[in-house]
Amino acid sequence: MLLEVKDLNSYYGLSHVLQGMSLTVYSGEIVGLLGRNGMGKSTTLKSIMGLVRPKSGSIRFQNQEIAGHESYQIARAGIAYVPEERRIFSNLTVLENLMMGVKPGENQYQGGWTLAKLYHHFPFMKDRSAQKGAHLSGGEQQMLSIARALMGNPALLLVDEPTEGLAPLMVQEVRDVLLKINKEGVAILIVEHNLKVALSLVERVYLMGKGHIGFSGSVQELQSMPHVQEQYLSI
Amino acid sequence: MNAIAVMLITQAVHGLAYGMLLFLVASGFTLIFGMMGILNIAHASFFMLAAYVAFQIMAWSGNFWLALLLAPLAIAFLGILMERVMLRRIRRFKLGKALVLFELMLTVGIMVCIEEAVKNIWGTDPQIINAPDALRGLIPCFGMTYPAYRLFIIGLACSILILLSIVLFKTRLGNIVRAAVQDAEMTVALGINVPLVFTFVFGLGTWLAGVAGVAAGPLLTVFPGLANQMLLDSFIVVALGGFGSLMGAFIISMFLGELTAFGVQFFPGYSTIILFGFMAFVLTFRPLGLFGERE
Repeated sequence: MLLEVKDLNSYYGLSHVLQGMSLTVYSGEIVGLLGRNGMGKSTTLKSIMGLVRPKSGSIRFQNQEIAGHESYQIARAGIAYVPEERRIFSNLTVLENLMMGVKPGENQYQGGWTLAKLYHHFPFMKDRSAQKGAHLSGGEQQMLSIARALMGNPALLLVDEPTEGLAPLMVQEVRDVLLKINKEGVAILIVEHNLKVALSLVERVYLMGKGHIGFSGSVQELQSMPHVQEQYLSI
Repeated sequence: MNAIAVMLITQAVHGLAYGMLLFLVASGFTLIFGMMGILNIAHASFFMLAAYVAFQIMAWSGNFWLALLLAPLAIAFLGILMERVMLRRIRRFKLGKALVLFELMLTVGIMVCIEEAVKNIWGTDPQIINAPDALRGLIPCFGMTYPAYRLFIIGLACSILILLSIVLFKTRLGNIVRAAVQDAEMTVALGINVPLVFTFVFGLGTWLAGVAGVAAGPLLTVFPGLANQMLLDSFIVVALGGFGSLMGAFIISMFLGELTAFGVQFFPGYSTIILFGFMAFVLTFRPLGLFGERE
């Protein structure tokens, strides 16, 4: 077991966003976290990443408790975060953005994901390495956000709404990239509102009700239960 | 050379020297604000305190260079202490949006404490720091003479500007600082110990204010009110230059230095009104400043 979230409770101010949230990710798999807006999908990822401090509950990553740890410690332990809105450093160059993903004390030649390898996967980044992040298109920024996360050689990638606002062709590209990354052994926990994309990517899904898991199962199981889809997804 | 040209050039050099001092103070002010969202009202008080610490070191040793070395370090130490002990602690409470106000009140408290402590220790009379012999007098150049000490300030600030630019734009640490100015949360999620970088930037910012304070001593004389003008001018620099923008801070500092120098000459009484009116105007229409790096 790579990641085990158990009975997590997180708050935004006074609102109780996660109410006993639990989920599991095994090494090397892609898991989807789906549900309507405002159920706490993004907050789940932020809580795992330590950006929202959970009030109670446990998060175990590679058999170590990480709940309550500082976000940078969690990143160094091997979890990387590709946030909603990409959050590229727009005033830094493409190369500087990538280098920000390198963990302190390491360099761009270390681990499975070297700079050269990422340039091979994303040739546009090599050609435009000296350009500011602000000058990239939405799809390119998404790729850069993913590549930046990979520079740290994570065992688990948390991806939040990677296809939001992208043109259909770009959506396909992002999907293909995530599959490629997964083939290299990186586990992925993805929040995705596009059901078609999500189901073509993942092996297992969790559907969120208000602050907790309402359904979990394989993609086939979900597809055979239209009433579950109706209950938890906006179709 | 005719008298008007001499007067203009002299005022320009005066303005440049003040602008450089202002830049040293405001660059720390804007970096701290840009990165941490903390409007450190006590920042200019560190500038003023540095002048007093330098005065004291001079009183003991008579060595200006020693004061220039040690006083900013002492100020940076106090700054780091303030960040680690107080500002970091207040962030642990879940204050939400009110945090900014609490931080502001905290820094106002520090400002008042520094001012009153200075009055108690050194009194309210202006104190004089003498420039070292080597920097006294006038330097002839292109048929004119320039006050050596002002040229020294300009040179010192330029060197610091160049060093700062190299660190900020050519090193990993600089990239981290610029990234954190834009999006601290994302930076920390990439595995970077941003709180530690905060401390470094806070220390660097107060050190710069300290250097400016020591350098300003012989020029402006040392008195408790030294912080007031500097605080107001720093506000303008940060507001107009853009929060967290070093380049913006530099341009506005130079502009402000010159405006102050020539304003005194040509339209005394109105330069302050024009300036603060302009600041309010810019804040209304471009709240992130003229050179803001944030979106």
